[in-house]
Amino acid sequence: MLSIKNLHVSVGDKPILKGIDLEINAGEIHAIMGPNGSGKSTLSHILSGKSGYTVTEGSVTYQGKDLLQMPPETRAREGIFLAFQYPVEIPGVSNIYLLKAALNSIRKHHGQSEVDAMDFLTLVKGKVRLLEMDEKFLYRAVNEGFSGGEKKRNEILQMAILEPKLCILDETDSGLDIDALKIVSEGVNSLRSTDRAFVMVTHYQRLLDYIKPDFVHVLANGRIVKSGGAELALELEEKGYSWLEDNQVAA
Amino acid sequence: MTTAKASRYAAEYSNIAPILCGQSLLWLEEQRLKALSQFSEQGFPSSHEEEWRYTNVSAIEKKLFSPTINKTINLVDIEWLKLYQLQEAWSVVLVDGHFSAELSSLEDLPVDVLVMGMADALQKLPETLENYINQSVNIDENSFIAFNTAWFTDGLFVSVNAKRILEKPIQVLHVATQQDVLAATRTVIILDKMAEASIIETYVGYDNAYLSSTVTEVFVGQNAHLTLYKMQCESEKAYHFGGIYVKQDRDAHFTHHNFAFGALLARSDIHTDLDHASECELNGLYLGVKRQHIDSHTRINHIKPHGISRELYKGVLDDRARGVFQGRVIVAKDAQQTDSQMNNRNLLLSDDAEADSKPQLEIYADDVKCGHGVTVGQLDEKSIFYLQSRCIDEEVARNILTFAFANEMVDRIKIKVLHEMILEQVLIRFPQEGINKEWL
Repeated sequence: MLSIKNLHVSVGDKPILKGIDLEINAGEIHAIMGPNGSGKSTLSHILSGKSGYTVTEGSVTYQGKDLLQMPPETRAREGIFLAFQYPVEIPGVSNIYLLKAALNSIRKHHGQSEVDAMDFLTLVKGKVRLLEMDEKFLYRAVNEGFSGGEKKRNEILQMAILEPKLCILDETDSGLDIDALKIVSEGVNSLRSTDRAFVMVTHYQRLLDYIKPDFVHVLANGRIVKSGGAELALELEEKGYSWLEDNQVAA
Repeated sequence: MTTAKASRYAAEYSNIAPILCGQSLLWLEEQRLKALSQFSEQGFPSSHEEEWRYTNVSAIEKKLFSPTINKTINLVDIEWLKLYQLQEAWSVVLVDGHFSAELSSLEDLPVDVLVMGMADALQKLPETLENYINQSVNIDENSFIAFNTAWFTDGLFVSVNAKRILEKPIQVLHVATQQDVLAATRTVIILDKMAEASIIETYVGYDNAYLSSTVTEVFVGQNAHLTLYKMQCESEKAYHFGGIYVKQDRDAHFTHHNFAFGALLARSDIHTDLDHASECELNGLYLGVKRQHIDSHTRINHIKPHGISRELYKGVLDDRARGVFQGRVIVAKDAQQTDSQMNNRNLLLSDDAEADSKPQLEIYADDVKCGHGVTVGQLDEKSIFYLQSRCIDEEVARNILTFAFANEMVDRIKIKVLHEMILEQVLIRFPQEGINKEWL
């Protein structure tokens, strides 16, 4: 589904990612872990098309297409979803408006007609229940005055409705209390399927207690320094990132 | 120079005086003559005055706007008027500064609610009016008030008895139909104790240059609730100078929504005096395109303790438009425990658009909670990216965010039919591509 080869990315003159190789197949869950400043967020931004980054070397192929050539909205319509670490507040636009605009953009992109108003409402209300949200949220302005947990839940709600193929969760666990973390994780787990992949960018392994990854990659200084199974996260928890960073220096 | 130009207006006054309302009332004649003499001396405000430094009114001096002698309701296109007339409201229409009973509809108004043209009111209730005209405002405040006092031809009188709760809003529709007309009106609104009402002032006009000069004096009694809306949709060649001057008794609530969309040059003033534990909320939205100049002045005067004031004015300015916000909050020495928040946010859509913002806090008490904030800027890149990552292309994202910026104020309107009308006015002023009204 997604193939990252020798990816080098800079911000200004400063190299952030220094040669990333990563293969992600449908049905897989990958966790990208690493200390602050390792380049985790840059990786999720570059995949979703945020501006301000320069790719100096390497390639990213998504479903056989050159991802880096696509504007962010095309990536989203093709099935890439970024759940933001800090979702933006947009006073003056309701949640339900945004959901409808987004869903219809995808449908238009695939040559389908606009979603029927009643079908849409049924779909949305079902997902709202799944995430244990109040229906009133739909009619409130996007993220305005939401608590940290509500914002993250709202991201997962959007994800559940847009049904992307590749879901990137950027520090989704940050700012969540244990109850919110459980609900968000259940939401994510309910979306797991054989034709959908997840990339979870996270500092802590806490989230991985609830969403079990197939692969864990440790990012340090812009490179993947170690890859392994779910057990790698536990090892990291125990030994800390310095264990791998030291190894890297030694190597 | 200023005086010389304004003197054209003063010189013409003797022709106009006989057609003004309230002829036989000595107290009014005295006020008018005093105002005339003051106006003759000072002329229109000059940009040397601090309160007028951003707004040059010399264009009004160069022209000569005059009130109509004859009523001109036959010139009103009824179909056009309907575009602005709200359903489910009592409706009052003033044409070129004159109350029109024919176009107004006040059926089933409760008996303890008085709504009548100012000319009628001055005939029928002169003693009452004497207690209210120029009582919430001083003609020394600025010379537009003196001008309005001397020139007003008619206007409106609204009085709501104690405890009366109006189940429908009253819409006051000011219509200007003629080139070079001066529509000078005076409105007095009184809510007695514990009364509740919503009143909507609407200003529209034909595609002409004309001058609207309005002064609305408002008296909100103890524990009464007044929500006053203003939709200024004057012609894009017109001049609009409108002031609202409010006195709030103790525990009175006053909410104002100020939508300024029209006119070539417009200024609105809102002053409110808050007595003990009274509350006010001032909301404003000004949208400027082409070469429009839209000025908003507010003054919140906390006189007594425990008052609460909330103010948010937002401006969207495109092309070569200019928006001005001057907001003053004054907290008197006696007004302890005042809680006040004032904000002004501006969105500039073009390099040639300009926003001038001047918030002022004057605090003489020592135990208060007061804050203010101002922003002037472009659309937020993070928000654009957020929408793009939700499948929306960049141009549509910009349109949505521009609309959303304004819509935050539109969404505060509690009256459904008015909400629809104002939403429409917002939408026609900015690119609508990608904005789907049915989904709003």
